[in-house]
Amino acid sequence: MSTFLDRVFGRVGFGGVMALVAPALAVVFAALVTSVVLLIAGHPPVEAFTSLVEYGSQPRVLVLILNLATTYFLSAVAVAVGFRMNLFNIGVDGQYRLAALIAASVGGAALVPGPLNIVLVVLVAMLVGALWASIAAVLKVTRGVSEVISTIMLNAIATGLTGWLLTADRLGVLSGNAIGTPPIPEDAHMPGMALIPGTPMKVNGFLIVAIIVGIGYAVLLNRTRFGFNLRATGRSEPAAVASGVNVKRMVVAAMVISGASAGLIGMPELLGSSFEYSLNFPTGLGFTGIAIALLGRNNAVGMAVGALLWGFLDSSSDALQLMEISKELVDIMKGVIVLSVIIAYELVHRYRIVAAQRKVSRELAAPAETEGAAA
Amino acid sequence: MLMAAAACGGSDDKAETGASASSEPSAQGGGKGGKVGLAYDIGGRGDQSFNDSAAVGLDKAKTEFGLEAKELEAAPGETDAQKEERLRLLASGGFNPVIAVGFAYSGPVKKVAAEFPDVKFAIIDDADATGPNVSNLVFAEEQGSYLVGVAAALKSTKNSIGFVGGVKVPLIQKFEAGYVAGAKAVKSDIKIQVKYLSEPPEFTGFNDPAKGKTTAQGMLDAGADVIYHAAGGSGGGVFEAAKAANAMAIGVDSDQALTADKAVSDVVITSMLKKVDVAVYDFLKNFTAGTVKGGETRYDLKAGGVDFSTTGGKVDDIKSQLDEYKNKISSGEITVPATP
Repeated sequence: MSTFLDRVFGRVGFGGVMALVAPALAVVFAALVTSVVLLIAGHPPVEAFTSLVEYGSQPRVLVLILNLATTYFLSAVAVAVGFRMNLFNIGVDGQYRLAALIAASVGGAALVPGPLNIVLVVLVAMLVGALWASIAAVLKVTRGVSEVISTIMLNAIATGLTGWLLTADRLGVLSGNAIGTPPIPEDAHMPGMALIPGTPMKVNGFLIVAIIVGIGYAVLLNRTRFGFNLRATGRSEPAAVASGVNVKRMVVAAMVISGASAGLIGMPELLGSSFEYSLNFPTGLGFTGIAIALLGRNNAVGMAVGALLWGFLDSSSDALQLMEISKELVDIMKGVIVLSVIIAYELVHRYRIVAAQRKVSRELAAPAETEGAAA
Repeated sequence: MLMAAAACGGSDDKAETGASASSEPSAQGGGKGGKVGLAYDIGGRGDQSFNDSAAVGLDKAKTEFGLEAKELEAAPGETDAQKEERLRLLASGGFNPVIAVGFAYSGPVKKVAAEFPDVKFAIIDDADATGPNVSNLVFAEEQGSYLVGVAAALKSTKNSIGFVGGVKVPLIQKFEAGYVAGAKAVKSDIKIQVKYLSEPPEFTGFNDPAKGKTTAQGMLDAGADVIYHAAGGSGGGVFEAAKAANAMAIGVDSDQALTADKAVSDVVITSMLKKVDVAVYDFLKNFTAGTVKGGETRYDLKAGGVDFSTTGGKVDDIKSQLDEYKNKISSGEITVPATP
């Protein structure tokens, strides 16, 4: 039997049409709730939704959505690696921020020329992310500290550490009222792609990296022995132990992979857009990843769709404000979507159980009394 | 009409953008009924801090010059690309001028202003985003803070004062630097406690009155009797703590003896005025008159951009001394440090 959590984290899947019915139901339900909120606030919902879609389908905004989704997807993958084995890595947020800061200063120092610098920055970021995450892993396997608690604490420590490092006498350079790491030289900027016609804006080159990471994630989990062990540990630890899985080693490995993926989250922004880690570096992406991993049920395609949806919602906040609608509506939509996805999957799941029970009882009843089956 | 504005945002073609801008007679400046676009940093209107101050200037200019305005607000943790898109949305939607509130818009303004040469931009608290169509409105916060530092040292009977900063960023450290220098100028042996409520990227320190209260309480317990805050919405907590301990407090940005909660406003002996409202109003006035110029406008003590308030008469007895320091700073006799 699968538990409620198993279903939430996608450790048991639905096949066929049902896999599509649940998310579709959730989006329709979320649209309904949002409409009610809009009506209460005194705005016509249909008009609001049409102009949102109109705004979101412009070339310039499409580029923005794709770039946001790239970052969000990487974050969701980092979270999902842990989720699949029942590890709640809440610390993705601190891992990517610390990783981005250290990687940015390494990149800014220009130790190696050109594209090599890009590779170096990415590797440093993954390493820092993995190391920071491994603290929680070591605490868990040696001292039994819950990774939820330790990663939340590590987030706070990462905030303090980055704040301390990002000062003028350490890694930071003061320019006006802003402070940031020395900019990464131009020859080490990730080239963008002119994918969307009708705008000079370019899609971040890390979109390709994100797609590769997504494929790698799916292959690792579904097609390798390591992935099988990871999923098995997530479903039932005693069963995994009985079949010879070293759970402690799996915990460390999963945390390290999760942390290394977390290191990638800041890279699209760092190497494709800001070229420095400053006070304006985006924050909270680790928590966005948690929401999207839940939404996509830790499935690579599902998370990609979720990341695009989130990118669209986040970019629509200005369009809403232009219509005099509070930007907090975006937060309401996000919350309702996550909740309704969970509820929709649960409803579909229960419907399937009932349907299966009916089918069984019909088949059992069929030879004995045919009229019973008709009723 | 709203749809039209959103639809306008769709064209990324610069030529077309220019056309849509010139089809608005007001966009050239010098006419009534212009459309002003204002992009706030996190918090927006109602943050009891510099965003609100900008809003006051905007409101005044709106009624006086018959302007129309659209205000957009940043979301926490967003990327520069999202800030750029906000500015593009305004600039391509026929809003001219576009005012960005806060140094976080530095990079985005520099980039977007170059894309829309026909639109005038203004940015507050930043001198780095330069361009022919960008007006940089910056303040000498350290000079005003120096004066309230002098006031704190003169008013303290225990020879011990405190500073509560919202978030430990260079901008707020300017307040600290001036305050400490001013207090030390009066009494070189004065004890000064300095605390910040949060570290970046955590910006909650600007809106956490409970933490402001606890921190101020700690300083008062440790012997301070005057506390200056540069902590936006958290300042209310500082005032509460001062009230409970029968101590004194110094406000920031606006005249907080008038704007703070009535129950605690009597603890405010003076406030360091940072006149963002004046800067916004002046910019819009110049724009309407067609005389707006690019480049840096520095609102310092000499220009009246920063000052101390005298509401309530609690610093009347030391006003002559404060004015003396004020003149010395204005004349350049005293140079106030901007970093602690």
